[in-house]
Amino acid sequence: MSDRRESRYVPVIEPGHTFASVTDKISSIVLGRKTPLFWVVGFGIGFALTMGMLYAVGVLFFRGIGVWGVNEPVGWGFAIVNFVWWIGIGHAGTLISAILLLLRQEWRTSINRFAEAMTLFAVAQAGLYPILHLGRPWLAYWLLPYPNTMALWPQFRSPLVWDVFAVSTYATVSLLFWYVGLIPDLATLRDRAKKKTAQIIYGMLAMGWRGSAMHWHRYEMAYLLLAGIATPLVVSVHTVVSFDFTIGIIPGWHSTIFPPYFVAGAIYGGFAMVLTIAIPLRTLYHLEDFVTLRHLRNMAKILLATGLIVGYGYMVEIFMSWYSGSPYEKYMTWNRMTGPYWAVFWGLMLCNIVTPQFLWFRSIRSNPWGLWVIALIVNVGMWLERFVIVVTSLHRDYLPSSWGMYFPTKFDWMTYVGTIGFFVALFFLFIRFLPMISIFEMRTLVPEAELAPADGKRKEP
Amino acid sequence: MSRDRPLLPAYGAERPRYWRSLEELHGAGIVAERDSAAELAEAAGLDRRELVKYLGVSFAMAGLTACTRQPAEKIVPYVRQPEEIVPGKPLFFATAMSLSGYATGLLVESHMGRPTKAEGNPLHPASLGATDTFSQAALYDLYDPDRSQSITYLDEIRAWPAFLSAMRLALEKARTKKGEGLRILTETVGSPTLGAQLLALLRELPGARWHQWEPNNRDRVWAGASAAFGQPAETVLRVDRADVILSLDADFLACGPGHLRSVREFSARRRPRDRQRFNRLYAVESTPGVTGACADHRLALRASDVEAFARSVAGLVGAGAAAAAPNDFARAVAEDLKSHRGRSLVVAGDDQPAAIHALAHAINASLGNAGETVLATDPVPVRAESQIDSLRQLVADMDKGQVDTLIILGGNPVFTSPADVGFARAFEKVALRIHLGTHQDETSALCHWHVPEAHFLESWSDARAFDGTASIVQPLIAPLYGGKTAHEVLAALSDQPEFSSHDLVREYWKDKLSGDFETAWRRALHDGVIAGTAFSPKSLPSPKSLPPSSASAPNPEPGAVSLEIRFRPDPTIYDGRFGNNGWLQELPKPISKLTWDNAVMLAPKTAERLSLANEEVVKLEYLGRSIEAPVWILPGHAENAATLHFGYGRTRAGRLGTGVGSNANALRTADAPAGGHGLQIVKTGRTYSLATTQNHDVMEGRALVRSATLEEFERHPKFAHEMAEEPEPDMTMYASYPRNEYAWAMAIDLNACTGCNACVVACQAENNIPFVGKDQVSRGRAMHWLRIDRYYSGSPDNPTTHHQPLPCMQCENAPCELVCPVGATVHSAEGLNDMVYNRCVGTRYCSNNCPYKVRHFNFYHYSTKFRAPSMRMLANPDVTVRWRGVMEKCTYCVQRINEAKITAEKRDRRVRDGEIVTACQQACPAEAIVFGDLADSESRVVRRRSTPVNYSLLGELGTRPRTTYLAEVRNPNPALLAEESKRS
Repeated sequence: MSDRRESRYVPVIEPGHTFASVTDKISSIVLGRKTPLFWVVGFGIGFALTMGMLYAVGVLFFRGIGVWGVNEPVGWGFAIVNFVWWIGIGHAGTLISAILLLLRQEWRTSINRFAEAMTLFAVAQAGLYPILHLGRPWLAYWLLPYPNTMALWPQFRSPLVWDVFAVSTYATVSLLFWYVGLIPDLATLRDRAKKKTAQIIYGMLAMGWRGSAMHWHRYEMAYLLLAGIATPLVVSVHTVVSFDFTIGIIPGWHSTIFPPYFVAGAIYGGFAMVLTIAIPLRTLYHLEDFVTLRHLRNMAKILLATGLIVGYGYMVEIFMSWYSGSPYEKYMTWNRMTGPYWAVFWGLMLCNIVTPQFLWFRSIRSNPWGLWVIALIVNVGMWLERFVIVVTSLHRDYLPSSWGMYFPTKFDWMTYVGTIGFFVALFFLFIRFLPMISIFEMRTLVPEAELAPADGKRKEP
Repeated sequence: MSRDRPLLPAYGAERPRYWRSLEELHGAGIVAERDSAAELAEAAGLDRRELVKYLGVSFAMAGLTACTRQPAEKIVPYVRQPEEIVPGKPLFFATAMSLSGYATGLLVESHMGRPTKAEGNPLHPASLGATDTFSQAALYDLYDPDRSQSITYLDEIRAWPAFLSAMRLALEKARTKKGEGLRILTETVGSPTLGAQLLALLRELPGARWHQWEPNNRDRVWAGASAAFGQPAETVLRVDRADVILSLDADFLACGPGHLRSVREFSARRRPRDRQRFNRLYAVESTPGVTGACADHRLALRASDVEAFARSVAGLVGAGAAAAAPNDFARAVAEDLKSHRGRSLVVAGDDQPAAIHALAHAINASLGNAGETVLATDPVPVRAESQIDSLRQLVADMDKGQVDTLIILGGNPVFTSPADVGFARAFEKVALRIHLGTHQDETSALCHWHVPEAHFLESWSDARAFDGTASIVQPLIAPLYGGKTAHEVLAALSDQPEFSSHDLVREYWKDKLSGDFETAWRRALHDGVIAGTAFSPKSLPSPKSLPPSSASAPNPEPGAVSLEIRFRPDPTIYDGRFGNNGWLQELPKPISKLTWDNAVMLAPKTAERLSLANEEVVKLEYLGRSIEAPVWILPGHAENAATLHFGYGRTRAGRLGTGVGSNANALRTADAPAGGHGLQIVKTGRTYSLATTQNHDVMEGRALVRSATLEEFERHPKFAHEMAEEPEPDMTMYASYPRNEYAWAMAIDLNACTGCNACVVACQAENNIPFVGKDQVSRGRAMHWLRIDRYYSGSPDNPTTHHQPLPCMQCENAPCELVCPVGATVHSAEGLNDMVYNRCVGTRYCSNNCPYKVRHFNFYHYSTKFRAPSMRMLANPDVTVRWRGVMEKCTYCVQRINEAKITAEKRDRRVRDGEIVTACQQACPAEAIVFGDLADSESRVVRRRSTPVNYSLLGELGTRPRTTYLAEVRNPNPALLAEESKRS
């Protein structure tokens, strides 16, 4: 290991693999009979937390939004913090699958599948919050432009309506992209499954894939098109989410730096989450051959780059609050730094600006567990960032008479931790029932692939 | 049952088949014709016996459902249409509310026979159309679900005749002893009829005694007048004639007889354009109050030090020997008073000792104010006596066993009597104890008989205003729970036990109204006042000598730090009688902004010296008694003094008031009911959370309340505009909203506002605003659509207090409208920022984006959470009751706007200026709020907006609020100002 850590060049797939070994390795995780113990434990925890969330949501629906800590100056609390956080996490998947595909970054191959799954599950968590946080959640469909006898439409000037479109489009495209990418692998699983039920289910999901040249041709076309469609979404979703704040008049929200810095932050948080997941996963399932140090290093570099952009965003925000000459903006910044939530602000600075600086060192980039710790800290930092934006802007705005504090209640926490559990549970289900790494794409990376000019798009350097 | 089974006709197929309709012919509808059990059974696939069994069971089950009694709802047309009732149209009736013996005239709105809202009676001298918080919240008490609802004898329900016979028995016993042993305890009696009834009873039974007691009494006022003039006299203030006013610990703008009128007269003389008439107020006070907040100069003095101050002023104005070392403040005040002879006014606080009142009389007399700015009349209460002596006498007699029967007509003496009097202990020695009260309270718990008292909106009575003007109290509704009035209970003791209060009141006024009685009576009912009943001013002998220094205020030797405790009636729940009133409990106290609790108020320096922090629970030890209470630090409080409001700590108030706060009565003594020296504060190490509606007291250098001195105003009339940049209205890329026929706007004069809170309760009553409870208030979820922000400036030891009422700004460029995803808040053509409750899904984005934070969210189902069924009657039928999860906010009382528009439309004219009066505007005694139409260039609101002091709050944001403010202009004494600036 040590010599490899030092060396500059690490392959995206360890030498010695063949078509068969790749297929065996990945499909055996799904088709293997034995469910590993860590899976049961991991899924169990996730499931238990999900049940906790369902309880909290039940109480919320039954009693009203008052069970949360939101109040008069701070109308949005954990729900919106978590919404933005999860949406941000959901960004890396599409970035990896779409943008890196278009840029022909072949190292994306081994991580794109689970990164996309992560995206889907994160967006699913994110999507819960805007509904839960409504005062009358059963009327959430009023945000959709549906024809009705009263000819009532959503109010299109509101960023929340844009959110509905942005997030639902993103969720749809991500799901399609992920599913289309799965089809050849589903066919592989259908063919290799021993059990009848598995054969039927995978068979239906594979949609009659036979691997003919025509299939491959259409698949490649569709996948490329979807990648093209998904690419602008990477930028648009978080831009629109940031509009929720920038359109507002509240100091700390009303800022034009938000769209780029939110997108960078989303990629930052998303890659941190990919690392958080990938590092334990490759160890547990012995996938170090497929998710190599090359991947980890590349992701670490992206983390560093986006971290610096985010840091720049913070600096610009602070500078602008001084430069604007607005006493409200100035006070807002001062309050963030020294007010009652100072610890959150400085925690954010520590997590998001100081911590990634360690990634300048190759030795740390090459140390999976070091990287994992940094990724975790960045995840925390990104959550703190959203807390700072949502809560510390609202709790002291224009009129000091209306200033207040926000304290989350146990139901806030149960819902938040519950969505993490839900995410974990979904992810465990995913790795048990679907190939977490794209089998057919990995096959294109092994040396054998070079002998197959029919497909031969990619050449090892 | 199979629906496919063909339904065979009942009789033979041979019979001719008759049909009534085509449907019948084709098979449908035939069942209706057939009714025999056999056929039904056949249709159901059962045999006849089974069917009958099922029928039997279902009838039995149907019978069971009768166990839960369904509410009887009858739809019956009027047999005789009541006069003047048009469904949907409210009626207004004049009546009057008495508090501590003094009446405020009201016009009460009645919807289909149920009173829903109280307004001031413009014809009444104590109201002039305005109301205070208590009269606004009186409606709540009427419908309070915890009111006592039946006559009880030893906790068992009895009928009125049973009570009557018990009374007759007691009366006969008393008669044999010429009334010896019969005692009647009332609160301050201001009702002439009740007074006459009592006096008649005393004439009949000379041995009987009538005692009066209520905790916020005017003993010291009468004693002071007696010391000065040799007889008790009412002091009637003519604030409108005063150029310079000195308040000696008198909160005359917040409470006390005629305070609404005083506020009106005071604020009418504070228009910056009218410099000649601009008055100046000096306030010396211990507990920061509304009057001190309005003052141009305020001096924080302990209550016991006020006398020394008053003496030095008296000496300086020549009303007595000059005191040793008058301070600068006293000197400046005296100079100012002297230069306004006959146009100045010195007011003494009701709970200041008699000597201060005598001093005030002496100063007023020597300045020639008597008869000018201050009038003396006969006392308004039927009997102006020392109530504490009266109570002590009663307790002494009870202790000696001389009292057989005690009839308590209203009031709650077991709770309100001072601790050292020992009322409750002595009370138990009385053989027959009878209590008339609105609630089953602490007193009724110790009584044999309890009679539910009719609310004043359910009773006939009469009352006098501060100047003696009498009003007939007429009921708006029949007693909800069969309540009785004091008149009726007293009548039970007389020869006419079945006389109703209506008969009694009419009887009393029969020979006192001039002209034809019926006409005069109707006139009195209609007007709400009886013309010509005001007392005429008396010319009293001017006080010759200054009263001797009062013994009750021993000034501790200098250097020794002795704490003084001050007991004052609570600003919102008064002496505890409103303890179960949700509106008043949740109403933020005018200065401290506390809700749902009382606390020991301390000056910041005193708290620092004792190292106490807010919400720390301390043990208050005073004259051998002790209670625990949380600390609240109040800027501007006199140092080395503490204030505890009495009225809290009730043990039997109802579901809202029981067990709330600390009982100050447990520390009060009969000798010094207003408090005195010798307080010890001991830490307990515990904390207790208090709920306030405002957590931040300073403006952080923001130009929110803009103020200047009169001099500065004259130099820079547009100072309010210079304090912040405001974009021109056309500095936008968007077209402005097209103006419709009307453009509603509001202007609030910060100079007039005293922060009294009447508007807040008025808004709550008008707009069905729920109260949310202490827990929700402390979570920042209070619902008041209109709140009064209070800011301090200057040093925390004696800050200047600023008030700013904050309704919705109704921005022309409203940030809330833009962000609502469902269009639940939209702009009306008349410039209102409308809330569509039905459409609101509750994202709370609008509230986040509101720079003024005037939107309020129903985090829970508040509208039912705290509402018993009886409270539904309280709701204003013109205003939607909001559901859980819905945003709400001030509407400028859109229901009133629409009503006026409909009226105007029917008459084919525009709405006239002043025709629409919002609830807050109507309640305001200071006329601080003006509402009107911007499109009408003659309207009052346009005139106000064109004054140079008019400004928009946060106008620099470009929200273009329709609610604007008139900046504060104060009139400090240049001499004192120079002194102050020299010191700082």
